[in-house]
Amino acid sequence: MFKIEKRPTPSAKWNWGAPIVAVVLTMIFGGALFAVLNVNPFLAIEKIFYEPLFGEYSFYYRPQLLVKAGPLILIAIGLSLGFRAGIWNIGAEGQYIIGALCAAGLALAVYPMELPILFPLMVIAGAIGGALWGLIPAFLKTRFGTNEILVSLMLVYVAEQLLASMALGLMKNPEGMGFPGSRNLQQYPSANNAELIAGTGMHWGVVAALISVIFAYVVLSRHMFGFHLRMSGLAPRAAKFAGVNPTRMVLICMGISGALAGMAGMFEISGPAGQVSIDFNVGYGFTAIIVAFLGRLNPVGILLAGLLMALTYIGGEITQSQMGLPLAAIQVFQGMLLFFLLAMDLLTNYRIRPAAKEAV
Amino acid sequence: MKLMQHLATAALALGVATGAMAADKTKVGFIYVGPIGDGGWTHEHNTARLAVEEHFGDQVETTFVESVPEGADAERAITQMALGGADLIFTTSFGYMDPTINVAAKFPNVKFEHATGYKRADNVSTYSARFYEGRAVEGLLAGKMTKSNIIGYIGSFPIPEVIRGINSAYIQAKKVNPDVQFKIVWAYTWFDPAKEADAAKVLIEQGADVILQHTDSTAPQAAAQEKGNVFTFGQASDMIEYAPAPRISSIIDNWGPYYIERTQAIIDGTWTSTDTWAGIGAGMVGIGEITDAVPADVKEAALALKDSIASGAYHPFTGPLNKQDGSAWLAEGETADDGTLAGMNFYVEGIEGSIPQ
Repeated sequence: MFKIEKRPTPSAKWNWGAPIVAVVLTMIFGGALFAVLNVNPFLAIEKIFYEPLFGEYSFYYRPQLLVKAGPLILIAIGLSLGFRAGIWNIGAEGQYIIGALCAAGLALAVYPMELPILFPLMVIAGAIGGALWGLIPAFLKTRFGTNEILVSLMLVYVAEQLLASMALGLMKNPEGMGFPGSRNLQQYPSANNAELIAGTGMHWGVVAALISVIFAYVVLSRHMFGFHLRMSGLAPRAAKFAGVNPTRMVLICMGISGALAGMAGMFEISGPAGQVSIDFNVGYGFTAIIVAFLGRLNPVGILLAGLLMALTYIGGEITQSQMGLPLAAIQVFQGMLLFFLLAMDLLTNYRIRPAAKEAV
Repeated sequence: MKLMQHLATAALALGVATGAMAADKTKVGFIYVGPIGDGGWTHEHNTARLAVEEHFGDQVETTFVESVPEGADAERAITQMALGGADLIFTTSFGYMDPTINVAAKFPNVKFEHATGYKRADNVSTYSARFYEGRAVEGLLAGKMTKSNIIGYIGSFPIPEVIRGINSAYIQAKKVNPDVQFKIVWAYTWFDPAKEADAAKVLIEQGADVILQHTDSTAPQAAAQEKGNVFTFGQASDMIEYAPAPRISSIIDNWGPYYIERTQAIIDGTWTSTDTWAGIGAGMVGIGEITDAVPADVKEAALALKDSIASGAYHPFTGPLNKQDGSAWLAEGETADDGTLAGMNFYVEGIEGSIPQ
C-alpha cells in the first residue's frame, strides 16, 4: 500500500519536527497506559509536565529541574561531539564515577583544611580523571582496534566496583561508626559545590553545563574542528583525504566526553549528592545518551532535551507519590520517548508514499 | 534564603491546615530504596505500610515512592512528600540518612523516621531491628544440620550490620559443632539474583552444605534446590516457597507493629524523637517456621534459643569471646554493649579470612 523511499537529503523540517511529534505520541500512548492502570491519564500527564513548572510548589521544583538537568546536559554535550564523528562512547557513567572519585579523593585527602583553591583543583581533578578513564577505550581502539562501545561500557562496571571499594575502604568516613560512605562534602565549605544563589538550584555544575552548550555551539558551527568532526561522521574517507587524522579524532572525542562526564560527577559529588557512597551513580551517563539523541546532537537541542528529561523525572516522582503510579510505568513512559523519536527519525531520512500500482 | 522562607511558609501553612483538619486523615509517607516487588527488604516495608492502612482504615492515608536512589534524588522525593502534606515520613534505607536530616531541618512540623541510621533530630527518630538475634538461631540450625562441617555465607557489603550477623551465626554454630568452618563470599550487592546464584554455586563447589545469605533474592535457594542436600534460610521475607527444603527456616523483618505504633503516636500527638533497636522480643525480627527437614530435637533447641533471646535471658554475644586476632573481647558472662555492636568491624575468634577494606 505504502512505499518507503529514501530522501535525497535529510528533511530539515522533520529533523526538528520528529522530537515534537515523538513527545506528543508519548503523551497519547503513555496516557493510554496510565488509563489501563486506572489512573486518570489527563491528570497524570498534567502532573508530569505542568505541576513541576507552574504547580503550587513550583518554587521548589523549578530549581530542582536545573539540578537534575545540569549533569545530563554536561555529559550529553560531550557525547554528542563523538557521536557526530561516529565515535561511540557508551561509558560516560564510568567516567562520571571516576571524575567524582578523583575530586572527592583530593578533597578528603586535605580535609579539614580550608583552601580557596581547593574547589577549582577538584574541578580539574574530576576532568582529568574522567578524561583518562575515557582514554582507555580510545587507546585500545587506536592501538589494537578494539571496539570502543564494548570497552567503554565494560569499564562502567569496573568503575562501579572501584566506587564500592572506596565507599567501604579508603574514603570511608572515619567518624561514620563503621558505616559505608565518605564524609559529607556539603559540610566542608572549601569543597562544597553549594547553590550560587540559595533557592535557585543554580550551582557551578549548571553553569558549566551552560558554558559547554555555548562552547560546543561555537566549535561546531564556527571552528575547523567542528567541521572535521561532522565530516568524519558523514564521510570518513573524504575526511581522511582532507587530512583528518582518525586516531587523533578518537583520542580527542573520547578525551573531551570523558572530561565533561568527569566534571559532571565532580559537581554532583561535591554538591547535591555530597558523599562517596556505594550507590552514588544513578544512571546520568546512560540517560545522557538519550538526551544527546533527543536533542539531535545539537547543543541547543541538548539543552532543551536535558530539561525535558529532567521534567519527566521530577513529574514522574510527583505522580508516583500523589497518584500511586508505579515507577515502572514512569520508566516505560520515558522509554517511549526514545522509541518514538527513533521511529520518527525514519521520516527525517525517508518519506512514505502510496505505492505505485503494479503493472499487470 | 528565599527558598527556606518559602518552604517555611509552606510548611507552616500545611501545619495550620493539618491542624485545622485534625479530624481529617493523617498522612504517612514511605520512601523505598527498591521496587515493592523485590521479595525482600522493600517488600516487607510495603507489607508493613499495608498493615498501617489496614489497622487505621479511613483515619490514615499512606503514600510511597519506590526505587528512590540515595543522595540528591532522595532529598527531593522526601521534600516532595513533605510538601504534599505528609505528617509522618518513613525513609527506609541507610543511604537516606543525610537527606532525611536535611529535609527535616526545613519542615519542623513534619515527623521523620529513618531506618538503620544513627543521626537524629527533634523531629527525626531512628529505628532498626536486631537481626543478629535471628542469625543466632540460624547459626544453631546450620551447625547441627551440616554434614561436611562447611557453612557457606553470602555477604552483601562488609559493613557492621552484615559482620554482626556472621559473628552471631558463627558463635552458635561453633557451640553446637566445634568442627564447623565458615566460608564467606562477598557479593557486593543487596539484590542481584545472578550474582547471588553464582555465589551460592561457588560455596557449594567448596563443599558447603548449608548456606546463609544476607542478600534479598531467592536465587541461592534455587541453586541449593538444584544441587540437592543443601540447606538455606529465607532472608528479609519468609521465602516459604522453598520449604520444607532447601529452606529450613528464615529471618523475617516485621516492621508492621512499629509503623502502627508510631502512626498512633502522631494521631495522639505523643510522638517524640526516639532511637529504637528492637529484636525478637518486640516482634520486629521474626523466625519463620522451622520445617520437618530439621530433626525434632534440633528444632526444639532452636526454639529454646529463640525464646531465651526473646525473654532477654540470653544475649547472642555473651563472653567468653575473643576477637579473630586472639585478643580478649568479652570476659566470662559479659555481654556486648550496643555501641560496639553498632560499629562492629571485626570477626570473632575462629572465623577465617579477613574483612575486605
